[in-house]
Amino acid sequence: MSDKSWLTEIPQLDRSELRDIRKYLDGAYRDFSREYGDLIESFFDPLLSFLIWFEKLLLGTPWWLVIVVIAFLSYMAGRSWKLAAGVVVSFLLIGYFGMWDNTMRTLSIITVCTLLAIGIGIPIGIAMARSDRVQSIVTPTLDIMQTMPAFVYLIPVVMLLGIGKIPGVIAVIIYAIPPVIRLTNLGIRLVNKEVLEAATAYGASSSQRLFGVQLPLAMPTIMAGVNQTIMMALAMVVIASMIGVKGLGQPVLQSITNQYFTLGLLNGLAIVALAIIFDRVSQSYAKRTQAHLGGRDNG
Amino acid sequence: MADNENTSEPLIRIENLYKVFGSNPANAMKLVRAGKSKSEVLAECGHTVGLKDINLSINRGEIFVIMGLSGSGKSTMIRHFNRLIEPTEGRIFVEDVDVMQLDKAALQDFRRHKMSMVFQHFGLMPHRTVVDNVAYGLQIQGVDKSERQKKALEWLNTVGLEGYENQYPNQLSGGQQQRVGLARALCTDAEILLMDEAFSALDPLIRSGMQDQLIDLQQKLHKTIIFITHDLDEALRIGDRIAILRDGLLVQQGTPDEILLNPADDYVEDFVKDVNRARALTVETVMHPPACRITADTIEEALKQMRRSKEDYGYLIQDDQYQGVITQESLEEANRDDSVSELSEAVLDEADAPAIQTEALIEAVIPETLNSDIPLPVVDADGQLQGELSRENLAEVLAEHHAAGQKDDGEEPKPEPEEQPAKVS
Ligand SMILES: Nc1ncnc2c1ncn2[C@@H]1O[C@H](COP(=O)(O)OP(=O)(O)O)[C@@H](O)[C@H]1O
Ligand SMILES: [Mg+2]
Repeated sequence: MSDKSWLTEIPQLDRSELRDIRKYLDGAYRDFSREYGDLIESFFDPLLSFLIWFEKLLLGTPWWLVIVVIAFLSYMAGRSWKLAAGVVVSFLLIGYFGMWDNTMRTLSIITVCTLLAIGIGIPIGIAMARSDRVQSIVTPTLDIMQTMPAFVYLIPVVMLLGIGKIPGVIAVIIYAIPPVIRLTNLGIRLVNKEVLEAATAYGASSSQRLFGVQLPLAMPTIMAGVNQTIMMALAMVVIASMIGVKGLGQPVLQSITNQYFTLGLLNGLAIVALAIIFDRVSQSYAKRTQAHLGGRDNG
Repeated sequence: MADNENTSEPLIRIENLYKVFGSNPANAMKLVRAGKSKSEVLAECGHTVGLKDINLSINRGEIFVIMGLSGSGKSTMIRHFNRLIEPTEGRIFVEDVDVMQLDKAALQDFRRHKMSMVFQHFGLMPHRTVVDNVAYGLQIQGVDKSERQKKALEWLNTVGLEGYENQYPNQLSGGQQQRVGLARALCTDAEILLMDEAFSALDPLIRSGMQDQLIDLQQKLHKTIIFITHDLDEALRIGDRIAILRDGLLVQQGTPDEILLNPADDYVEDFVKDVNRARALTVETVMHPPACRITADTIEEALKQMRRSKEDYGYLIQDDQYQGVITQESLEEANRDDSVSELSEAVLDEADAPAIQTEALIEAVIPETLNSDIPLPVVDADGQLQGELSRENLAEVLAEHHAAGQKDDGEEPKPEPEEQPAKVS
């Protein structure tokens, strides 16, 4: 490699050097997962038991009771009969076309993922809003999480935890959590400065400011983030099924490999139906409670 | 530092207060101390001088107005009283509490009980009902719900908003919203009220209504009010004393009349020339001493006294009491008429030469003064003659104003570019 070859060809690592680097990193990570895999897995045990319990609960409950409960929740959220009726019809159709069990599985994992994403995402968003330093660290991290192809971060997760529900949940959360974090941060930062100043001037402590002013006023924005998070979690269902998450994603995956068009379409439509239900219910809840910008009086 | 003309005790004292905005204020302070101006400091090290060597003392029970153009540091100043902004240097005392020495908890307590604040854009919480907004201060203090609701309702009634308690702020007009802001401030019973351009965002008519209401309330409540405005008419109307800020520097402090009649520099002069003097000055501040007092008992004596004074009118005073206006003409007529013997019968009709009060605003006496050929007598509350006010006299005072600036009505504020409340960071 002498003379001027770098003019025509990009300078490049030797193949063997590259292989060494790969070997070294892969080896290190494998050692790490061998060393700590069990520990990390046992850390997630309670979550796994909860996931299994919740899925069993949904599958074990008579179909009509599930529909009644979901319709009731939708009605309470939106106070709209139309919305509740739409929910009932969608679930009846899903059951009629034989997708009930898979839908329940998907429903259970999406619910858990959403709750976890909210539970983790909102505090991170709050921390980001309070400190510019935290924001400057978290923002690029979120950028990476959102642009990195999902398959890439599936690899280390699977290496660490194998195939199953927990790695599925982790993958879904990594994929779906950015909106709720970003919009919590944004919502809090957008809170009217004078209103916040008023709270301070009347002697509010920082937690009184957070729970009494910042979060309620940021709520419309935070809810928009939650909504997006749910949508992204649903979009991740098919990919998550590649690592063993049971549900509506699996038949879709099966249809791709076997070219079953109708099966794929039906399951795809079921996912769409779930997405629309989640979206409408959460939006009408937000609209109803934020008629005056923010939640109800918190006493 | 304390003002001598005011005998009541100072409640708040500010000593040698400096505020420099920027990342390295200590550095910029060196330049400030070397006497560099705000723009020089900004050019040399990129720091904004917010306030420079402020010394103030504010008395208990007075309305102290701080005024200046946009960007002169008014908001910065008022936020130092409750330490919403930390000074770069200087001391702040309220009673004998050194506010700068308060730790976090003590400061919170101080803000809860000692001061409350009214904001330019109201600063109401849109997710709370009107009554919950008013009760906010009490809620923060931990007062229980029924008690704070009760008190909040009382204050809502006081500011004239009964029936609105369950509305949300965005359902109210601007004036109503600021009444809610005022009720919220009064609801904590804090002794000190900070008002940052509280009425500036309101329409002129609503604004003057709010000013009246504030003056009324103050007569009952005797709070110590620090009121910020960029409108001198407003300052003159409600202020007991006025301090004028320019580029962070306190250029003049004094009573409204002092500011109006003796502006300290061109900057203050600029403010003053735009003011509606007729509405700001009282008769007392512009009247002249009476040219001719007639103390005679008979018509002849009175005529003699008047000839000596070279005027053709005079004010009759008998038994140390002001009786009315007499003119040479009326005296001579009475002298000719044999049926008239009493001097009192030569006194002009009250309608032709009404007495005006020392306390009256010039605006209120313009018609009478202009209609009368002779200067009108000015009497005090006890009915004693204090001076006279002539047409020329009036013209002179008002002309000074019109020669300088073109403004007939004090209602228009100077167009002030809105400071952008940096919303997103
Ligand atoms: N947080 C801040 N950071 C930097 N400069 C500021 C800040 N707040 C105010 N200033 C500057 O201080 C000066 C006074 O501002 P302010 O007190 O808001 O004026 P006013 O209320 O009289 O319009 C202005 O030059 C303004 O730009
Ligand atoms: Mg201001």
